[in-house]
Amino acid sequence: MRFLGNARGAGGDAGPTVVPPRRRLADADLTGRDRAVRGALLAAALVPTLMLLFLAAEMIREAIPAFVYSGTNFFTGQIFTFGNLYITKETVHHGVLAPHGASYGALPFIFGTLASSLIALLIAVPAAVGAVLALTERVPAGLQSSLSIFLELLAGIPSVVYGFWGILVFGPLLAKHVFPILTELGSVIPIFRGGVGGGEGLLTASLILAVMIIPIIAATTRELIRTVPILAKEGALALGMTQYETAKVVTIPYVRRGILAAAILGWARALGETMAVLMISGNLLNGFPVNIYSPFSTLAATIVAMLDSALTDATGMAIHALAAIGVVLLVITVATNLIGRLVIRRVSGGAVLPVGRGI
Amino acid sequence: MRSTLRRGRDLVFWGLCLLALAIVIVPSLAIIASLLQQSAPALNAHLLTATTASNGLQNAILGSGLLMVGILVVAGPVGIAGGIYLAEFASPTRGGILRLGYETLAGVPSIVIGFVGYIVLDQEFHWGFSLLAAILALSAIVLPYVVKTTEVALMQVPATLRDAAIALGLPRVTILRRALLPPAIPGIASGLVVALAIAVGETAPLLYTVGFTDQNPTLTLFQHPIGYLTYVVYLNATLPTQLEHEVAGAAGLVILAMILVLIGVGRLVGRRAVRYAAQLPT
Repeated sequence: MRFLGNARGAGGDAGPTVVPPRRRLADADLTGRDRAVRGALLAAALVPTLMLLFLAAEMIREAIPAFVYSGTNFFTGQIFTFGNLYITKETVHHGVLAPHGASYGALPFIFGTLASSLIALLIAVPAAVGAVLALTERVPAGLQSSLSIFLELLAGIPSVVYGFWGILVFGPLLAKHVFPILTELGSVIPIFRGGVGGGEGLLTASLILAVMIIPIIAATTRELIRTVPILAKEGALALGMTQYETAKVVTIPYVRRGILAAAILGWARALGETMAVLMISGNLLNGFPVNIYSPFSTLAATIVAMLDSALTDATGMAIHALAAIGVVLLVITVATNLIGRLVIRRVSGGAVLPVGRGI
Repeated sequence: MRSTLRRGRDLVFWGLCLLALAIVIVPSLAIIASLLQQSAPALNAHLLTATTASNGLQNAILGSGLLMVGILVVAGPVGIAGGIYLAEFASPTRGGILRLGYETLAGVPSIVIGFVGYIVLDQEFHWGFSLLAAILALSAIVLPYVVKTTEVALMQVPATLRDAAIALGLPRVTILRRALLPPAIPGIASGLVVALAIAVGETAPLLYTVGFTDQNPTLTLFQHPIGYLTYVVYLNATLPTQLEHEVAGAAGLVILAMILVLIGVGRLVGRRAVRYAAQLPT
């Protein structure tokens, strides 16, 4: 940490050139045509923000009846069923009508979403930071750009292709050769105990999620590491430090906050990931996974998996229940995203943060 | 003794970092290998000439292409215009709010966008399975990306160009059109191409907005489902037979090839943009 002060000082001399503030025209200098064009451009610039507000408003409006019907059961209940859709008997809860036997307890989905994304994060952060350190500090410059292609490749692979690979190749491979070995850990950590299943479950999905969010964490980390002043690194090396010590004392402390922000962003992506998880989660309903290999389900995957049958509910409550799941998902992802961006704005003005998937 | 320990630590640490690099490289190669392996028997001209009804991909390829054109038409102009406003006209406060808006939109899960698109456009507006609904949903996903890349491209235009144009007393729109946009165009184009790559790999926003059909797409905007590639991967991967897996693999390969070509083109154009900006007077 002692090096940090010096490091930042040195950065002023050798770092990127300071961009002078850009000139803006006073409103009085604008012609009539300027004003018209500015108005049109403003309208376009408002679109993303309006879309965001519209999405949130529609989702909440659609979800309210399900929240009223369920009360706290939505957050504490384990049973998620649309009830009997084939008979006309109905249940009324808190003044809201739903098919007989309907129960919208989303706790297992909330648990599955948090568990899978946190396990993914636990794997992805060290992997992404390690890979970027190896790329920027150790790999010869000529090889660096060709190896970086793999990061873009991972970012470009569609979610369904991850699912395809997970369900046909990776999952069965894990279940056959890797999970049986991991059960040995069961004597120390209970969640590794028990049957390993066929490879569709929490650990497979978490591993695939980890691979999927590595690009977004790595892309941010790489941009941050480029901002580390070279003089500070060279100074550390000149003091006789090994490259590991240089990384530990200069590079990593310099980018630590940024990595935290990148991790939060990657987490937000893992929380909202739909198709890959849907394909390899095993879609467990009405319960919690018994161990780390066991099927489970997430908020996002459940919306896709159950929308078809929700449409057959004549009372419309099933759609409201899925909208309620969507609201919870939206709140969790938007909150994590905002926190990540607030953290990084303090570090770097937000310039390095990717929008999109880390491409 | 101490130095051996330090060198040992150094070795272990970089060994672990190289292992992490392997975690990045191995899955991407493994995924491509398994796509090739699964789809090998199906990779022939039949894919292009037959529709998904008879294990081809023609309708899905055309459908994905049509969706991309739609995104170019909708998200392109809106995103570029928004980016220009943020880079050239917005006050810091207003710019900050709008930036927070599009950054937050970028973090909204795609299934939420698909769900609302379905509820509002397909159901409440009675569009049915609709090409337009799908294009709007996908546009919501890539819009933040187009806005951001446009903004960044304009920010990178040398300040001296701007100052010189202002000093000439030109109207703002003329400055924009004659001095600022030309050097920014490669950067904007690069962003647009990568946005297409992001959009074409999406599935969740399309599932319920546009449905799926074995027939070739038409330009009908409403009440008409469209086939597209990612759905074929999703559906066929979860079906039981080998033949279906082959078609899923082939669809995955086609879509990955499209995405990689788009990213590659985007990168090339982007690099040209950087080189172009470097030779401008500063």
